[in-house]
Amino acid sequence: MQLLTEIRIAGFGGQGVILAAAVIGKAAAIFQGGYATMTQSFGPEARGGSSSAQVILSTEPILYPYVARPDVLVVMSQEAFTRFAPELKPGGILVTEQELVRVDKYPAGVRAYGVPATRLAEELGRKVVLNIVMVGFFGAVTNLLDPDALRKAVADSVPPALQKLNLQAFDKGFEYGAMLMTRLAEDGEEETVATLESA
Amino acid sequence: MHADPKGILTGVHFLDGDHACCEGTLAAGARFAAGYPITPSTEVVERFAARIPTVGGLFIQMEDELAASIAIQGAVWGGAKAFTVTSGPGFSLMMEHIGYAAITETPCVFVNVQRGGPSTGLPTLPAQADMMQARWGSHGDYGIIALCPNSPQECFDLTITGFNLSEEFRVPVMMMLDECVGHMTEKVIIPEADAIDVTPRRYTKRTPQEFRLFEPQADQVPDMVRAGEGYRFHVTGLTHDERGYPSMNVETQDRLVRRLQDKLKPMANGRALCDTADLDDAEVVVVSYGITSRVAQRAIKLARQQGVRAGKFRLISAWPFPAGRIAALAGRIKAFVVPELNLGQMVTEVERATAGRCKVVPVSHAGGSVHNPDVILKAIVEAAR
Repeated sequence: MQLLTEIRIAGFGGQGVILAAAVIGKAAAIFQGGYATMTQSFGPEARGGSSSAQVILSTEPILYPYVARPDVLVVMSQEAFTRFAPELKPGGILVTEQELVRVDKYPAGVRAYGVPATRLAEELGRKVVLNIVMVGFFGAVTNLLDPDALRKAVADSVPPALQKLNLQAFDKGFEYGAMLMTRLAEDGEEETVATLESA
Repeated sequence: MHADPKGILTGVHFLDGDHACCEGTLAAGARFAAGYPITPSTEVVERFAARIPTVGGLFIQMEDELAASIAIQGAVWGGAKAFTVTSGPGFSLMMEHIGYAAITETPCVFVNVQRGGPSTGLPTLPAQADMMQARWGSHGDYGIIALCPNSPQECFDLTITGFNLSEEFRVPVMMMLDECVGHMTEKVIIPEADAIDVTPRRYTKRTPQEFRLFEPQADQVPDMVRAGEGYRFHVTGLTHDERGYPSMNVETQDRLVRRLQDKLKPMANGRALCDTADLDDAEVVVVSYGITSRVAQRAIKLARQQGVRAGKFRLISAWPFPAGRIAALAGRIKAFVVPELNLGQMVTEVERATAGRCKVVPVSHAGGSVHNPDVILKAIVEAAR
């Protein structure tokens, strides 16, 4: 974990945006011994249409609770991409649900990675776990948190009956991300290829 | 007395401030809550309603905030520890019954998760603009205690403290959260039950024949009775004598109302809950509370890095206001800087305590977000000049 990493996760209401953020925060704060502060967008627009959460991870207690320029932006809807992409920090990481987000123009200097999370979730038989697929993918491409800590946080955040399914979803997303990273490393042109991958 | 393990969710959790506050009420021994839903406070009782059947107790969703704020007082006189939860508009509706709790000396807790006002204002966004209302909102002279947590962990810890103080002093205690703290999720550690101190109700040891309902003890606070154990008593919002019967004359009024304020004096002085740092060499002291104290902490750090000797004075108990401690600092610093999410409320208390002996600089914000730390930093640097 780094001194201070700011993350925004956004998408439609019902995609599990808040739970995804909570899993990441819990992994850092409880299973990796660091600090995490999660806040949610509670604007009137968050009831229904769009949903957005912010997580700050740190090795020290967090004082300021809000995220202005995220280091990592995870988007699961076109609207979320349009709204939040301009805020991404130069040199930051963009993670997209690649079949729900069409990226016509990348913010400058950003590393971008895409995953067909909804389709991967459907392969597991339950579309609702797409958020946990995203968390797994996020874990692999950002390498911010110990994968074990993330996995424990997933198990700790869902009802016992759904643990197995959610852990499968996490693993599926993580493996997809790990394979993507390996392929990009072999190709040696990380940024360009990443861009094409998610476009 | 140790907490009842039944209500304690011992462990390490990732909770928002509202949920942590709910766990605090259960740990403190609350077994009754009444409320009327309002953003951003509903989550407190939503969780309580889900948890309380397994612990043994009751939640009632009432028809409105007036009903909720008086139902809890019925429960208290029936023997329960009880609380209600609301936000701005609902808090306004509860004022009448806060006065009732004050004059009947009913120990109870009002949780107010503050949002932007006035009126419906900003339902989903933070403010700290109910601070004066918490102290002065009901008519007449009385005293209350108000606590201001700045994290989910403190929402848990201070809620227990709030219940304990309400039992000790027999006053309504206001838990003054704000939307940011209420909806912020962080690690919350809930200890074992035997590591949590809970203040039991001060029940009388006297016989029904000797007992007088409002006879002040050595600390000016009267003892209570258990309902149904043979004590006949009468509780009224009218000015009453030591027996609890209406006595509407100048002498009784003076004796009762002065005592309602005086019994809280220890909380204003020695026992005020304040979090201070770097005061010894400070030239500027930042007075803040709730979420603003965290943002202020960042500004203080930045100021120190720039060579400005800034110190921290965080009000954990905002009411009674620790005027004596502020006054003691006023004589030896250049200025107080007071950031708050309102257009100037607690800053007037700082001015009053300072009595012109140093500068007092408000850093106001109408609410809807928190301060940018740079704005507080600028005020600190300018105040130090």
